[in-house]
Amino acid sequence: MTTLTDPPKEQFRLSMLLYDTRYRSATIQVIALIGFMLLAAWIISNTIQNLEGLGKPVEFGFFAESASYDINQRLLEYTSQDSHLRAAFIGLLNTLVVAVLGCITATIVGVFVGVLRLSNNWLVARIMTFYVEIFRNVPVLLWIVLAMAILIEGLPAPNAFRGDNPTATMDLFNTVAVTNRGVYIPEFLFSRSLGDIHLFGTSSLRFDISLDLVAFLVVLGGSIFTMRKVSAWAAATQESTGDRPKIWHIQLGILFVPMIILMTALGLHLGYPELKGFNFRGGTHMRNSLIALWLALSLYTAAFIAEIVRAGILAISKGQTEAASALGLRPGRTMRLVILPQALRVIIPPMISNYLNLTKNSSLAIAVGYMDITGTLGGITMNQTGRELECVLLLMLVYLAISLSISAVMNWYNNRVKLVER
Amino acid sequence: MKKSVILGVATVAGLAAAAATAGTVDDVKARGKLNCGVSSGLAGFSLPDANGEWQGFDVAVCRAVAAAVLGDSSAVEFVPTTGKTRFTALASGEIDMLARNTTWTFSRDVDLKFEFAGVNYYDGQGFMVPKALGVSSAKELDGATVCIQTGTTTELNLADFFRANNISYEPVPIETNAEAQQQYLAGACDVYTTDASGLAATRATFENPGDHVLLPEIISKEPLGPLVRHGDHEWGDVVRWTLNALVSAEELGVTSANIDELSAGTDNPEVNRLLGTEGTLGEMLGLNADWAASAIKAGGNYGEVFAKNIGEETPIGLARGLNAQWTDGGLLYSPPFR
Repeated sequence: MTTLTDPPKEQFRLSMLLYDTRYRSATIQVIALIGFMLLAAWIISNTIQNLEGLGKPVEFGFFAESASYDINQRLLEYTSQDSHLRAAFIGLLNTLVVAVLGCITATIVGVFVGVLRLSNNWLVARIMTFYVEIFRNVPVLLWIVLAMAILIEGLPAPNAFRGDNPTATMDLFNTVAVTNRGVYIPEFLFSRSLGDIHLFGTSSLRFDISLDLVAFLVVLGGSIFTMRKVSAWAAATQESTGDRPKIWHIQLGILFVPMIILMTALGLHLGYPELKGFNFRGGTHMRNSLIALWLALSLYTAAFIAEIVRAGILAISKGQTEAASALGLRPGRTMRLVILPQALRVIIPPMISNYLNLTKNSSLAIAVGYMDITGTLGGITMNQTGRELECVLLLMLVYLAISLSISAVMNWYNNRVKLVER
Repeated sequence: MKKSVILGVATVAGLAAAAATAGTVDDVKARGKLNCGVSSGLAGFSLPDANGEWQGFDVAVCRAVAAAVLGDSSAVEFVPTTGKTRFTALASGEIDMLARNTTWTFSRDVDLKFEFAGVNYYDGQGFMVPKALGVSSAKELDGATVCIQTGTTTELNLADFFRANNISYEPVPIETNAEAQQQYLAGACDVYTTDASGLAATRATFENPGDHVLLPEIISKEPLGPLVRHGDHEWGDVVRWTLNALVSAEELGVTSANIDELSAGTDNPEVNRLLGTEGTLGEMLGLNADWAASAIKAGGNYGEVFAKNIGEETPIGLARGLNAQWTDGGLLYSPPFR
């Protein structure tokens, strides 16, 4: 006969929270969490209380007030009558412009330098080493200021283009003016423009989208889609017959013919800069502040990216190169088709943090008077309204949002290129 | 309120509000030193000389206050501030007072929670252009590139002026006077605009000051003066009456040359009250009886300070203009010492 007895049920006692190893770590964590939350609450309440004592309670109403200052580089229409929120939005776009331009340039330069640093050519490899070391080891703020100083002191003022015997002339068949106030390049104009779509009415976030640009992107997208289809067809033909049909002239035609038709239909012509009054008018004005910031940020970050790329390439075993050579691939193709795709898996993760760094470093813009969001929201708006806490909190939130978005996109790309494990 | 000092809580925003309502007079006395915010370099107003000693018109106000409170005009820690950092520095308690050509405006006084202790220079915003441009009026500046110090009232006036006259311009925001000077001289901007006194001071440091002209338009009222945090009225009184003492001293003929003689006692009761030989004005402020005498000895009366730093004998060469005594047709008018 067997008797089933339950194992003696252990009574839970309060002291077990401290003496029983099963519960102890949880106890400590809970206490630490409570302590941390108390500390945070105390800090917040203390700040609010002190601000109220100073007569400046935390509120965001000032964003609707008129900003009353002008911003030189504005991608959207903005006047000094617009609100502080609008000014912050204009600043945000300026931040994004320099961040996107910087990331693209830094990647191109960085990959180039990283690959060339491994070159068998002694001189090329040494020059690239020199570049990497000199840019990596000097603070980026100094590079920004230096770039600006060179642009201002080294280039001619618009005045030098004046008169019968000007000391400076425009470049590229009189289409580009390089001055110490910025570079004026021809702009695209459409005589039969489709107009704009106005989004968000009259709010601070109102946004105009040019239909010409939309049409351009649609046609470009269509062409690329067709080109991929043609490419796939060529690959399929090669699969079945062993001969790859010549398609490069078809591809070129697909890319350019619809575009040319669209541009002719819209009446594309170029607007050239012209010296009128104090400045050049017409054309697209790329201000010195943008160029200096863009150049310095991308060259600085490119030095880091070059090292990442080099590390990524060195991480691929030499056997891969030898195998590719054995198959008869030339060195250029080996790099492009065999090494780089594998190296990407090592390269992407550290690349994300470099893009984030570049974006955050763009807040040094005020050193050259570039009106990014730190210059508008965290600079003039903060100064004129005296709302330090609100402005800084919002600014932190904006940078956090930008950084998280970049991370999200790059992580998605990283997932695409990483090894598929079965 | 002391508790927030421990963690520097609001330093996130550069905002330790702790010092807001504390007695700054006592703090300064206990420290034995006055922390005074000045501009980071403007000839004649605040600039270190060859020996590293701060000199200038705004600096003199700091020294006078230090002399009044501590009896020593050299007991000042000068903190250079830019147009952008000055208010945060004052609000956070990093500096006890700000004497940095700062315009007294409604919103700064009321909304930003500061208290202006008076006006030490009546100014207005002007424009400087190279003579070679051939511009004779600011209204001809349509399309011009304008260098401007960011975070200042001049930035707002400029926007208003061009909008009111319906002409366009391209602003080039710049952080400090020195950078603005560099860009202006390199021709990266056509025009430099700031307070007319600042323009004169900047022009004086140019290699060829004669190649640059100040346009006739003065587009704004810029009463510049020292300021303190709102709410600390005792400290505000000390700064206000130190400034008034300098102005009154000029009006009453008290100079650094004759002050020792006059301190022995005179027939003029107001001079006696000012210099502390009669009445208890110093005690009311919580200072020594000879507080005003020390302040005047620090650099002389208002007129002497003006003449020494920015007057017509100096390279800056500013006329008294609006800044003459009311008895001479100017705006300087100190309330009576009684």
